[in-house]
Amino acid sequence: MNTDAILSFEEAMEKYDPVLGFEVHVELNTKTKMFSSAPNVFGDEPNTNVNEVDLGMPGVLPVVNKAAIESSIKIGLALNCKIAESCRFARKNYFYPDTPKNFQTSQYDEPIAYDGYLDIELSDGTVFRVEIERAHMEEDAGKLTHMGGATGRIQGADFSLVDYNRAGVPLVEIVTKPIEGAGSRAPELAKAYVAAVREIVKNLGVSDAKMERGNVRCDANVSLRPHGRERFGIRSETKNVNSLRAVEHAVRYEIQRHAAVLDAGEPVIQETRHWHEDTRTTTSGRAKSDADDYRYFPEPDLVPVVPSRQWIEELRATLPEPPAARRKRLQADWGYSDLEFRDVVNAGVMDEIEETIAAGASASVARKWWMGEIVGRAKNADVDPGQLGVQPATIVELSRMVEEGKINNKMASEVLDGVLAGEGTPAEIVEKRGLAVVSDDGPLLEAIDAALAAQPDVAEKIRGGKVQAIGAIVGGVMKATRGQADAGRVKELILEKLGVTV
Amino acid sequence: MTDTKELIRLSAAKLAEKLAAGEVTSIEVTQAYLDRIAAVDGGERGVNAFLHVNAEEALAVAAEVDAIRAAGGAEAEALHVLAGVPIAVKDLIVTVGQPTTAGSKILEGWHSPYDATVVERLRAAKMPILGKTNLDEFAMGSSTEHSAYGPTRNPWDLDRIPGGSGGGSAAAVAAFEAPLALGTDTGGSIRQPGAVTGTVGVKPTYGSVSRYGAIAMASSLDQIGPVSRTVLDSALLHEVIGGHDPRDSTSLADPLADLVAAAKTGNVEGMRIGIIKELHGEGYQAGVENRFNDSLELLKEAGAEIVEVSCPNFQYALGAYYLIMPSEASSNLAKFDGVRYGLRVLPEDGPMTIERVMGATRAAGFGDEVKRRIILGTYALSAGYYDAYYGSAQKVRTLVQRDFEAAFTVADVLISPTAPTTAFRLGEKLDDPLAMYLNDVATIPANLAGVPGLSLPGGLADEDGLPVGIQLLAPAREDARLYRVGAVLESLLEAKWGGPLLAQAPELGELVEAKEAK
Repeated sequence: MNTDAILSFEEAMEKYDPVLGFEVHVELNTKTKMFSSAPNVFGDEPNTNVNEVDLGMPGVLPVVNKAAIESSIKIGLALNCKIAESCRFARKNYFYPDTPKNFQTSQYDEPIAYDGYLDIELSDGTVFRVEIERAHMEEDAGKLTHMGGATGRIQGADFSLVDYNRAGVPLVEIVTKPIEGAGSRAPELAKAYVAAVREIVKNLGVSDAKMERGNVRCDANVSLRPHGRERFGIRSETKNVNSLRAVEHAVRYEIQRHAAVLDAGEPVIQETRHWHEDTRTTTSGRAKSDADDYRYFPEPDLVPVVPSRQWIEELRATLPEPPAARRKRLQADWGYSDLEFRDVVNAGVMDEIEETIAAGASASVARKWWMGEIVGRAKNADVDPGQLGVQPATIVELSRMVEEGKINNKMASEVLDGVLAGEGTPAEIVEKRGLAVVSDDGPLLEAIDAALAAQPDVAEKIRGGKVQAIGAIVGGVMKATRGQADAGRVKELILEKLGVTV
Repeated sequence: MTDTKELIRLSAAKLAEKLAAGEVTSIEVTQAYLDRIAAVDGGERGVNAFLHVNAEEALAVAAEVDAIRAAGGAEAEALHVLAGVPIAVKDLIVTVGQPTTAGSKILEGWHSPYDATVVERLRAAKMPILGKTNLDEFAMGSSTEHSAYGPTRNPWDLDRIPGGSGGGSAAAVAAFEAPLALGTDTGGSIRQPGAVTGTVGVKPTYGSVSRYGAIAMASSLDQIGPVSRTVLDSALLHEVIGGHDPRDSTSLADPLADLVAAAKTGNVEGMRIGIIKELHGEGYQAGVENRFNDSLELLKEAGAEIVEVSCPNFQYALGAYYLIMPSEASSNLAKFDGVRYGLRVLPEDGPMTIERVMGATRAAGFGDEVKRRIILGTYALSAGYYDAYYGSAQKVRTLVQRDFEAAFTVADVLISPTAPTTAFRLGEKLDDPLAMYLNDVATIPANLAGVPGLSLPGGLADEDGLPVGIQLLAPAREDARLYRVGAVLESLLEAKWGGPLLAQAPELGELVEAKEAK
């Protein structure tokens, strides 16, 4: 149960200035692991994608995955970083059963990429520069599942299962410098920053970039200081905030919580916090202190990584267009207005619209579906739109059915609900639910006559050339047919009946 | 058929010749060694060089080689020169089909699912593996007394230590229980046992033999190498196990030099051989010093130029070694926690948390010397101490490397006694770790610098009649020089002795029996 007091966000902003910092872990989608030849595949049977190296068997040695270095350099370049002339791995020593060697092989004081920046566009179009401190390579740990307890956490569990499939999966950790000056935009900036990183690694093709699978994981650091003070406050680190919305919410919540602590005249505790999506709150994790001594030292089993300048330039030449340029291009291609496009970006459905257009939908149809139908549903379900699982092909099929007059828009929306409920393909759902546009003109003509009779003044206006008034009649017909009529056909029949040609 | 008593005393090179000529079969050779192991290794007063004897598999490999030879043709032609010559493997090196213990209770009964690269290469050469040899637990020691499975005894005097950590491999070869063996050398674990048992041991250039499958003590210092009775035999074995391995990132890419040819060069005329001022004299047993001087005389007579070099930073090498080695070891040994393999000990009472199970397992599974080094290393790497200990030790390491570089501008090969004393008595230094550590004072600099070193028998000390080792050191990647000088010195010494030094060793069979009769 969470009992932390919080201040309202507005009040917190009146008194304090937030400073943010992010550590984003990106799982690379290399074929094999960071230091072994075992496959790097998500979702397989536990402990099948492991060999003696991943299990930390006696006598084994690591070998660095060249593809992982290449991906790391690409990420570094896309973040406008400098690439190290030479860099080493280190051992981070701690005992925990998800780490087979009881140390994690990670870069420590010699990251492969450092001193970069990322320009983040906020919803109103302002650009905020986030400085990147470093991007370094490391290996992921295995996955522990705590069994027997009520919470799924280690406390109260009877035993724990460990899956080493993820142990040794290559990670790049991107660390920002402290981000100052975001003010009340801090939660928005947090979300936009993580979205931008995700977009970059996705476009580079170096990660599957699925947050729900943990391909991109964010630790968010928040501290507050009174307005006008230079020195940073004590920070908390909220771990594994694993959706874009959660990043925004977690930063907002921590700002409110810190503000309440500071207002009460108490010190903020430097600690890790756990994010709870259900309550949108954090709870205290482990206190960070000097007791955390990882006894880092250079990994003696690996030689330094020395990427040649020529290789770096070759990789630079292969980089895809930067996100800002890409946005400009997509907006032009799709013909969206500035406002329309910004809404699309802010809703986080630009990639989805691109995929839907690639699958055969027109730009306006894709926008209509994503912005008009899916974003709202995602909001209700409290997930990111991409996480609803809507396939581009589904939208293409639905919009084709509408164009062909088989169903109308209202029905299509209903069919989409069916698809999301797992009832089958759009065609199957139309069939099952008996959704089909009434195409026999007989019943339609009766309904049209009734509608015209009910609104003679409107009928008169249309006869007089005010064709736009036809909506009222169409509405009456649709109402009478409980939405099963093809609105296009209804319109045609009304005009025909009134002898108006357009 | 050769008398088996003679057969087991032949060098590996000689055995290989006889096998190739069909004068003897691999089955006969392998069985002769297995019989010798059965005769002298076991029992209360046995040598205890072997922790595991791999008779069935060894004989099967021997039979395969014999069958190929008997059939003749291309396959027989393609056999490796050492095919059918048996070998023993230090139990720090993992093997499929045999247990690997590292001399520790924590790995008792553990079988590796994979072969070390060097073992793969032995198998490819079709060398029957006789078994796994005893060692100080996780190779931590200079006497093999820190083995969890009892000490190995020195075949020259069963009440003395065979050196360490590779006492098992050296004793097995010295006691004619194997013609060849593999060792590992982190601070002298191949060379010092070679010295005190009158055998040859080589620590190759760091990176020239794959470490994949050697259970790591100190990754930046460990190196697998050959153990044998002659310099040529070590060269033959070194060529089997050496060369690049993509599974070891520290493995050198260069092809191996022709070491066997180097061992057969036969002259040292004009070679500059450097005496290291800091590695003899004070602190060295008189008999050791005398035999060292004999070797210098012989080399000078053979036309080598003897020069003196100074390596002033070697005095800090031991101290630096005892920070770097335990630091790396403390991390390398963290994986032995009872979670995935090996021993698991549950706490006697209280909550069964992972920390407590790991703690109970490590408390019960590791011996005192291992714990001592883990504690030392953990301390040296701790925040606030890192710079003063690990950091300073790395600086010394650089200085030692520079000393070597300077020395090799005036000398082609350096020479010193391998160890300051001959074999001490079992138990003599067990309670005095620092005295034990001092035994490695002459071997450690080579590990810190990554340069190759070879120890060969230099004769018997006047005061105790026990073997003295002569160490040769060469620049990195110049292992061939060791074999060239080593083979020449060996032949000069054997000419002086009228045969191999081991011919002067006591008749072990009777010794073991006599002890048992007592």
